[in-house]
Amino acid sequence: MASKIFMPKLSPTMEEGQISRWLKKEGDEVQLNEPIAEVDTDKATMEMTALESGVLLKILVPEGASAKLGQIIGIIGKKGEDISQILAEINSAESAEKTSFEKEPAQPLETAETVSEQPSTSTTTVEDGRIFVSPIAARMAAEHGIDLKTVKGSGPGGRIIKRDIEQLLAKVEHKKEIPAVLPQVFKPAEATSVSAYREEATTPMRRTIATRLAQSIGPIPTFYLTVEIEMDRAIEFRQQINTRLTEEEKVSLNDIIVKAAAMALMKHPFVNSSYRDDKIRFYEDADIGVAVAIDEGLITPVIRKANRKGILEISREIKQLATRAREKKLQPEEYTGATFSISNLGMFGIKQFTAIINPPEAAILAVGSAMQIPVARNGNVEIHSIMHVTMSCDHRVIDGATGARFLQTFKQMLEDPISMLL
Amino acid sequence: MPKEAAKTKRSDSPFNHKARAIEPVDVFDPDEAQAEYLKRKKSQLALIKKTDKALLEEMLYQMILGRIFEERCAEVYRLGKIGGFCHLYIGQEAVAVGAITAIDKKRDYVIVAYRDHVQAMVAGISPEAVMAELYGKATGCVKGKGGSMHLFSKEHGFFGGHGIVGGQIGVGTGLAFAQKYRNDGGVTLCFFGEAAVNQGIFHESLNMAQLWKLPIVYICENNQYGMGTSLKRAMSLANIARKADSYGMYGEFVDGMDVMAVRQATMKAIERARNESLPSLLEVRCYRYMGHSMSDPGKYRTVEEIKKYQQRDPILLFKDSLKEAGVFDDSEFEQIEQRARKRVEEAVEFAEKSPFPSEDELLTDVLV
Amino acid sequence: MAELTMRDALNQALREELLRDERVFIMGEEVAQYDGAYKVTRGLWREFGDKRVIDTPISELGFAAIGVGAAMAGLRPVIEFMTWNFSILAADQIINHAAKMLYMSGGQFNIPIVFRGPNGSAYQVSSQHSQALEAMYANFPGLKVVMPSTPADAKGLLKSAIRDDNPVIFLEQEKLYGTKGEVPDDPDFTIPLGVADVKRQGKDCTIVARSLTVPIALQAAEKIEKEYGVSCEVVDPRTIKPLDIDTIVNSVKKTNRLVIVEESHQFCGVAAEITAQVNEKAFDYLDAPIKRISSAEAPMPYARNLEAAALPDVAKIVAAVKEVCYL
Repeated sequence: MASKIFMPKLSPTMEEGQISRWLKKEGDEVQLNEPIAEVDTDKATMEMTALESGVLLKILVPEGASAKLGQIIGIIGKKGEDISQILAEINSAESAEKTSFEKEPAQPLETAETVSEQPSTSTTTVEDGRIFVSPIAARMAAEHGIDLKTVKGSGPGGRIIKRDIEQLLAKVEHKKEIPAVLPQVFKPAEATSVSAYREEATTPMRRTIATRLAQSIGPIPTFYLTVEIEMDRAIEFRQQINTRLTEEEKVSLNDIIVKAAAMALMKHPFVNSSYRDDKIRFYEDADIGVAVAIDEGLITPVIRKANRKGILEISREIKQLATRAREKKLQPEEYTGATFSISNLGMFGIKQFTAIINPPEAAILAVGSAMQIPVARNGNVEIHSIMHVTMSCDHRVIDGATGARFLQTFKQMLEDPISMLL
Repeated sequence: MPKEAAKTKRSDSPFNHKARAIEPVDVFDPDEAQAEYLKRKKSQLALIKKTDKALLEEMLYQMILGRIFEERCAEVYRLGKIGGFCHLYIGQEAVAVGAITAIDKKRDYVIVAYRDHVQAMVAGISPEAVMAELYGKATGCVKGKGGSMHLFSKEHGFFGGHGIVGGQIGVGTGLAFAQKYRNDGGVTLCFFGEAAVNQGIFHESLNMAQLWKLPIVYICENNQYGMGTSLKRAMSLANIARKADSYGMYGEFVDGMDVMAVRQATMKAIERARNESLPSLLEVRCYRYMGHSMSDPGKYRTVEEIKKYQQRDPILLFKDSLKEAGVFDDSEFEQIEQRARKRVEEAVEFAEKSPFPSEDELLTDVLV
Repeated sequence: MAELTMRDALNQALREELLRDERVFIMGEEVAQYDGAYKVTRGLWREFGDKRVIDTPISELGFAAIGVGAAMAGLRPVIEFMTWNFSILAADQIINHAAKMLYMSGGQFNIPIVFRGPNGSAYQVSSQHSQALEAMYANFPGLKVVMPSTPADAKGLLKSAIRDDNPVIFLEQEKLYGTKGEVPDDPDFTIPLGVADVKRQGKDCTIVARSLTVPIALQAAEKIEKEYGVSCEVVDPRTIKPLDIDTIVNSVKKTNRLVIVEESHQFCGVAAEITAQVNEKAFDYLDAPIKRISSAEAPMPYARNLEAAALPDVAKIVAAVKEVCYL
């Protein structure tokens, strides 16, 4: 069964991508994880890899054209497979097209005619889709972003050897030396929402800078967002709940915070996700890890499906798990596999702090204490309980605005707890 | 020694069958058992009377310890505690004890083949270290790296159990070479089985030892079977002591069931080596009761044959003589045996409790 | 520094070590009164006498064993095999005893012994006298294997071998005994075992050669540079075991091409081992399959032309370098 290739999310802020180059042409065999196209995102030129092995049956978005996130850009299947039905389905169901990334309608599809009108690349024909290349030549080509299909091998049986790559690079260098010859022409945009643009190949130096910087900050490029939340109504809300409960059942402010976070997560799937190199994993439920200090250090028992549970249920579960954690009786499945974590040091009088992301989660909330402080409000000074919350975000999946929007929702829920019930 | 060889009469040549009986006289012919036993006891008694009581006790203790130790090995081997090859010495105790108690432990060396447990213990390695080695434990005398066939102890001048038949004859000759090179007065006792005599290394070594007058005593433990092949089926001239003649070397036949005779002959050979720097070849005729190794079903000989030898068991013979000479009484024998039995149990317990070697040991001791 | 033949450099090393350490002695066939079958031990018996320089009967297994035993007891024997072909008679002592003693004895008995003599082909001496045995000995843990190619290396490495506390297989080459070179006369001059030497710097292709094939590879490198403008780096591992693979790998990372030249047979050989290790450690740097030149897969023939055809030579190396450089 042939399957569709969607425009993937290749940068945290990407909303659409432009196919700068197809690394495979129709009829080529592709292997799982093999790069099939280069995509210009808002940030960089990224390699897009195949999610399955097969033959590239159809290219739907030609080089130079853009596609929205999740838009179908090609079809992979078995050699000679009939894809007319899929094409028809795509054409007829343009508004119904759902993607795994965003619940937005796909862009109108490019027709096969549009594809064929695009100028073909200067690839060489290679039998059976195999390219013979020496290991060093392959590595050099990869380092310089050279598509081996565009290289003619001079070794035995057409093997691409080091010399071939060196010659190619020499030509590129030569061109760079006379930039005046290059026309400074902006191509008109294919998609209406994108500005006209000009393309320039990234230089090895630029790529080196990119790699080094990524290495410098570590595997998880983290940034921090802090928000002040007025907790007066949440505190009141808690008191109201507790009047209905026995002493043992009483809920804490933290239980309410957990519930609010779980609900907010449902509205902001990127915060409840996990970055996995070639894909992003979005979680259906909010499994929230709650950091508990124990004698030996720290453990985060997980409240499963907190979004589906009531505050009382969450509270009861946290109490049980924390007790078991202190008794060191937790089973691994009880403290691993959270989708999001919360660390609350409010009870220690900590006003504000940052917490370390627990991979592969995308974020963690550091919750400070709710302190009564004077606040200027409508020209008057009022006393309010203010709580500082800082979220550490994995920038590979969460962008500043994404994180901010989540915190906005979270803040709103705590400042108006009734909204949690809506 | 070409001069001596030239002196030998042509009629004495081993190639002249008429002039010389090439079939060895089997002094242990089971039919002559009783007569031989009495004769042997008489000569043993004479030697016992000239020997210090403490030494006699030590000799008897070592023989009994060796016997019980090997019997216990057979038991734990069957329980799967010992792996690989396990060659038992039962029946041959008089050879190790008679010969090794004759050395000067400060300067003399011992090197043996793979049937080496008892020789190692008589040389001074503790039963614990030997048993732990058989168990393949870290506390074994070679850290669990050698096993039954490769017991070594530098501290005790015990240059190892060696597994290639005859290999240690050459290495032992080299030990004696070093002793002579350093002129330190040391002598090497080099043990091997009669089957090793058919290896080239035996002849190359004896030739050079005599040529260079090395201080070595070659002790051929002739237990009459090379694995399952009897001596008579494997050796054209089955008189091993006489093979010394080929190299102009001193050769002597010794009764390996008589611990005092073995000791006496070894002492003389050591004296010859120490004082005159001359090698000797002792053929010590003995009999192993057990199979070649634990995996030997022993189909090549009869139960009767083994039983007849057991009637002249070296430990029984020695105890009879000691009793007759009035050295020990039954209660003392009992005490000695209890002491040995206790020690073997301690060795087994030690081995059981010891840890296996750390896996880090795998790649150590490959090179210095 | 003095210009010496390899024969004299080896002789100097032996003499210096005999003087330096009373425990060192030389033993072998014709090493003493005859002055050595290849004159490597010339003059040593006259200087050091019967005790230190010892003629043996033709009993390779026996005198190898005496060496092993003497080493076990603390001496430092240098055992000469008239040629390494005869060492096969002594292989039991070298492989079953010397190589394993330290391990079997749980680290108690090391064997500080050197087995030395000429290895490989000579001048039309046919099948039983022309074998290069380094691959066989290098296969066994517990042995070091050394193969010098120059007089200075020969001296420095032999002295290190004699001072080494392990059994060392020291493989000389009869055809190199007469080659001359500058040799340091400092009695403390040694070359550590396990360190390769780059005999010629180059950037386009690495040639790994040892013993006899080093001078041949150097000649080939000159010819290739002159005729094709290709610059070859010639790496001499000098010690086969332990092998200095890093120097080889670093060279291959620079040149991307590798030709290995050896006098032994190809199957399961040292070149095969180097090939495997370079594949493991520098696969991404290769621009061409690694090429091996070894002796023919046949016993050594007698006839002059056949013998020449069986062995590596300049023309074979040039052809191989051209092949890996796609010329």
